[in-house]
Amino acid sequence: MLHYRNLKSTACTLLSVGAVIGSFAWGGAAHAQSAVNLRMTIWSANEAHLKLFNEIAAGFKQEHPNVTVTYESLPFETYTTALTTQIAGGNAPDMAWIFETSAYDFVKSGALYPLSDTLKAAEGFNLDEVSAGATERWMQDGTLYAYPFSTSPFAMFVNNDLVKAAGAKTPAEMVAAGEWTWDKAIATASAVAETGKGGLVVRDFNYQAWQYLTSVWNGWGASPWSEDGKTCTMAEKPMADALAFIHDVVFTKKAMPGPGETVDFFAGNAAMTITQISRASLLPKDKPFDWDLVPLPKGPAGEYALIGQAGVGVMQSGKNAETAAEFVAYMTNPENSAKLSQFFPSARKSLLNAEVLKKTNPLLSEEQIDKVVIAGIANGKVMPGHTGFAQIQQMVRSNLDAVWRPEADVPGTLQKICGQIGPLLKR
Amino acid sequence: MAVAQENARAEGRSFSPFWTIARRDSLAGFLFIAPQLVGIIAFVLIPLGLVFWYSLHEWNVLANTFTYTGGQNYRMLIEDESLLEVLGATAIFSAGLVILNMSLALLLAVLLNQKLAGIAIFRTLFFSPVVVSLVAWTIVWGFLLQKNGGINGMLLMLGIEGPNWLREETTAMISVIVVQVFKNVGLNMILFLAALQGVPKELYEAARIDGAPAFKQFRRITLPLISPTILLTSIITIVGSLQVFAQIAVLTQGGPGLSTTVLVYYLYQQAFQFHFFGYGSTLSILLFAIVAILTFAQWQMRKRIVFYES
Repeated sequence: MLHYRNLKSTACTLLSVGAVIGSFAWGGAAHAQSAVNLRMTIWSANEAHLKLFNEIAAGFKQEHPNVTVTYESLPFETYTTALTTQIAGGNAPDMAWIFETSAYDFVKSGALYPLSDTLKAAEGFNLDEVSAGATERWMQDGTLYAYPFSTSPFAMFVNNDLVKAAGAKTPAEMVAAGEWTWDKAIATASAVAETGKGGLVVRDFNYQAWQYLTSVWNGWGASPWSEDGKTCTMAEKPMADALAFIHDVVFTKKAMPGPGETVDFFAGNAAMTITQISRASLLPKDKPFDWDLVPLPKGPAGEYALIGQAGVGVMQSGKNAETAAEFVAYMTNPENSAKLSQFFPSARKSLLNAEVLKKTNPLLSEEQIDKVVIAGIANGKVMPGHTGFAQIQQMVRSNLDAVWRPEADVPGTLQKICGQIGPLLKR
Repeated sequence: MAVAQENARAEGRSFSPFWTIARRDSLAGFLFIAPQLVGIIAFVLIPLGLVFWYSLHEWNVLANTFTYTGGQNYRMLIEDESLLEVLGATAIFSAGLVILNMSLALLLAVLLNQKLAGIAIFRTLFFSPVVVSLVAWTIVWGFLLQKNGGINGMLLMLGIEGPNWLREETTAMISVIVVQVFKNVGLNMILFLAALQGVPKELYEAARIDGAPAFKQFRRITLPLISPTILLTSIITIVGSLQVFAQIAVLTQGGPGLSTTVLVYYLYQQAFQFHFFGYGSTLSILLFAIVAILTFAQWQMRKRIVFYES
């Protein structure tokens, strides 16, 4: 009997506790209805980048107090894999940065929310000032699916201390003398390499991400596939010549760190590095070396420039896609684009002048801004991309391994690559 | 009977209790196995069924489409030109790993099965890599195996120019095998050590009296008596070798060429990098079949090889 009474009182207690928790939960749910949390995946964990992004999120919150934007940094090397895994697991972010190489996959798949209407409706956005070239790979049937917020030229960072110590001419001197060519650049890199430091580092390449070699082979007029993306052009003469040059630089002149060697320019261990100007944030603040930024050297096919793009898109599957699109419009409006320009140059015409860029890029001189940033964005080709890029990239990478050894058959390997990727390009 | 009922009524009970001792015992039994059972259903059986289901579909994650394609992924499996190379790399990796791991573990266990001062320190030393994080361990080895890394630096001090470990086909495969062996050899070593300590000392004494040399003692007494452990460790090691992923992802990314692209890494590439989740699932069914067949074959072999196995 006593036992039964105990049970009854326990049940009553549980019911009342449940009712209390329930009423809290109900209140919480009512509150949560108006609160919107947006998550954006990014591939930078750089403190300066995050500070700027958080400032923009705080600005948006002032206008939309119920919206909180958080950023999730995913590792650069596996960024797209991590992002698609999140999507596959039903945990897609609301917004995502997208690499230019995988732009076609995202835009054509229908994974992204159309942005044109939201951007056009946003006050003062002025989408028309963004050039058609910049938006080309982010559009499908006249609709913009991701906004190319970063149009960042590739350029050559130079460690003048190392160059001078090796008794070589500095790249700036060569630029001034009009003799800044690939042969001269490699001669300088080679001179520094002979002192025991690294010569030229093509950043992020690591003998894996071959697409970064575009910053070199564009000087030979080479490209992996035709303009329409349907035909492999890797076996053609410009590419064979460019890769033979790179092979010679690595294995004969030893002016580039070889496969399996790690050398960090920003730690002061290499003469030169090719990378995007957004990496200026990696320059050492303590004990800085005498650095410079110059355009890419002239190749046999003449002067050229290369730009890397990053788009920001809204995931179609997100619950708050409309609000997320409004945030993208805010994040990339002229005012915020100007702020972002210190790391991620904007393709907006109004921001492509030395006066504006000087304000946001205190690290760069007016000459560097003019010759590298503005000229680069105006004349640069975008890094190659393709539908199904990851598979094509992997196929080319595994075959190019045969080139990255002292005794290599460069033309034969390139023929083999075209034989393999040809059917994928036509798909 | 009537007396019993009378007693029950006197105690205030009008019916026999539901929770009899037998029922209580079964409930306790079920509760004990419940967490494991729930775990197996949720994390093994359901995913296994789902993977088979996915393997019959083409699943485009980005486009959010999931289309039934019947046996198309299985046809792709037969026509896949890279798969043969991948299976070859997997076989070389597994064979190399199992042979090296088992023989080294047994050698270490025999050496450490001595009653010497400070032997526990050596046992701890060889076992410690087992408890280190796999990725951290592999990243450190990645630095050591660079062309200008620690190992070649040491070789250079001896006047030897070391190879480019992770960038040449043969040395890349050897490197991933050795890194994996050093990581896990301690576990097999401990199992062998426990088995060795279970071998009755009298048998060795009798053998010595009969004049059997040390090697014969090892072959005729030690090996047969620890054969159940050899079977267990070989099953664990072979299954483990077929599931290797982190070492490949960190050290070689499957290269150079496809020389270190083992089946699990290939599966990861297809599903997570190329977004062919359907084909990736088909590859995991193939992996499951290979593991099941190998384990079954080893289990059958126990009758011929394993001593004292009932």
